[in-house]
Amino acid sequence: MSILPFVVAAWVLAVGLYGIVTSRHLVHQIVCLIVVQSSTYLVLLGVGYKTGAVAPYFSDIAGHTPAVDPVVQALTLTDVVVEAAVTALLLAFAVQAHKRFGTLDPEDLKELRG
Amino acid sequence: MTGGAAVVTPYTTPTALMEALQVTLLVLVAAGATAVVLTRVPVRQVVVLSVFGVMLALTFLAFQAPDVTLSELTVGAVALPLLLLLTLAKVRRQEE
Amino acid sequence: MRPGQRRWVFLAGMAGLAALYLWGLAGLPGFGHYPGPYGDIVNALAVAQTHATGVVSAVNFDYRGFDTLGEEFILFAAATGVSTVLRHLREEGEQQASDEARGRQPPPTSDAVRLVCLAFTGPTLVLGWYLASHAQTSPAGGFQGGVVLATAFVLVYLAGQFIALERISPVHLTDAVEAVGAGSFAAIGVAALGLGAAYLTNVLPLGTMPGAVDSSGTIALISFFVGIEVTAAFVLIVSELLEQTVLVRGQSQDTAPQGRTAPQGRTAPQGRTAPQGQR
Repeated sequence: MSILPFVVAAWVLAVGLYGIVTSRHLVHQIVCLIVVQSSTYLVLLGVGYKTGAVAPYFSDIAGHTPAVDPVVQALTLTDVVVEAAVTALLLAFAVQAHKRFGTLDPEDLKELRG
Repeated sequence: MTGGAAVVTPYTTPTALMEALQVTLLVLVAAGATAVVLTRVPVRQVVVLSVFGVMLALTFLAFQAPDVTLSELTVGAVALPLLLLLTLAKVRRQEE
Repeated sequence: MRPGQRRWVFLAGMAGLAALYLWGLAGLPGFGHYPGPYGDIVNALAVAQTHATGVVSAVNFDYRGFDTLGEEFILFAAATGVSTVLRHLREEGEQQASDEARGRQPPPTSDAVRLVCLAFTGPTLVLGWYLASHAQTSPAGGFQGGVVLATAFVLVYLAGQFIALERISPVHLTDAVEAVGAGSFAAIGVAALGLGAAYLTNVLPLGTMPGAVDSSGTIALISFFVGIEVTAAFVLIVSELLEQTVLVRGQSQDTAPQGRTAPQGRTAPQGRTAPQGQR
């Protein structure tokens, strides 16, 4: 249990990378990239967790209750939203690639000349 | 929900129960990631990604991070599948 | 490299990476045994220093405000990038979707979808606004609130037609709102400079009760501006992708363009099925 989140994060990273490497469709590749990014969130939150602690919101609990690390949560939460925008940019590239080359297969994309 | 005179609410979830929940959710996340990658048809993969996003959000909740849960739910289960489906619709329309 | 070979190369590389990763894991303190002093110090001091009971938002917009500014500008740049990549190119014509349907009209939106979407638009707006303006009290903040607000706009599109989305969020207005949101964040930091403190210091009055809506100085203000910027960015991205799908843009001829065809102006969409008054 003490290393399970990190092992799961490593597994998710490996599986996502495998998907990117062996993909035959650009949109499938982009979704595998999303999976890879999710593994980083698991690592960040796993590092900050304290056994028996609560969420760091002190509006209804006493000021010195043991709480988990808020800094990694702040990093992860901006990360999640920004990832969506960067994925949108990648999808726009995929749309344009399809327009110019007529295919979304990465194997074929390197051979056609617009 | 004001912070002035703080009420001490003892959070008495037994640690063993919370650990069991975390282990279950982590295993589900690993299975979900494998399912997302192994689904090769993009339209189906989008639905599986949405489920994976919900699973991930529950895991973040078990890690005592409600803010990250909110972000992951709105982004991973709603906004990202929407963008992906729009792209797939555009690509399919071009192929017709 | 053939796909089979690529798979083996990947597995070899992944084995090496996994070995390094597990060796690095051995040095970590283990899940649940958080050693570092930074988190504990922030937890102990944040409520007293910033009068915000949501410590994560206090970290996001006050202690690490500069990082958040950078992330917000990544979002801004990505939205601008999407607009640029999907811009109207010179050799593209623009046709109504119904012209290409080959005798098949797109079916009108079903009543069930329309009812549910309209019923949920109001509550989603309220929820998004609540999330964007209550960063300092509870698990909320500009980023989450912004995305929820953007989905309210998408619900309007789902309930009606694309023209409805274009009417309530024309591109120029969305661009302007996004710029106002991003620029205000930077401007609040400059305002702190003007008052003699470091960039992005919390210089507004902190309020009396920690966690109240008007407490925590610049944190609430920055969160609100981040909220409208994220909303505008997502609405812009969705609008651009929708325009690509609905107003079919593509090469005017099937083969390589023989010359520059004059771009057709965007015709008023009279070809859509439901009349304008029905919304």
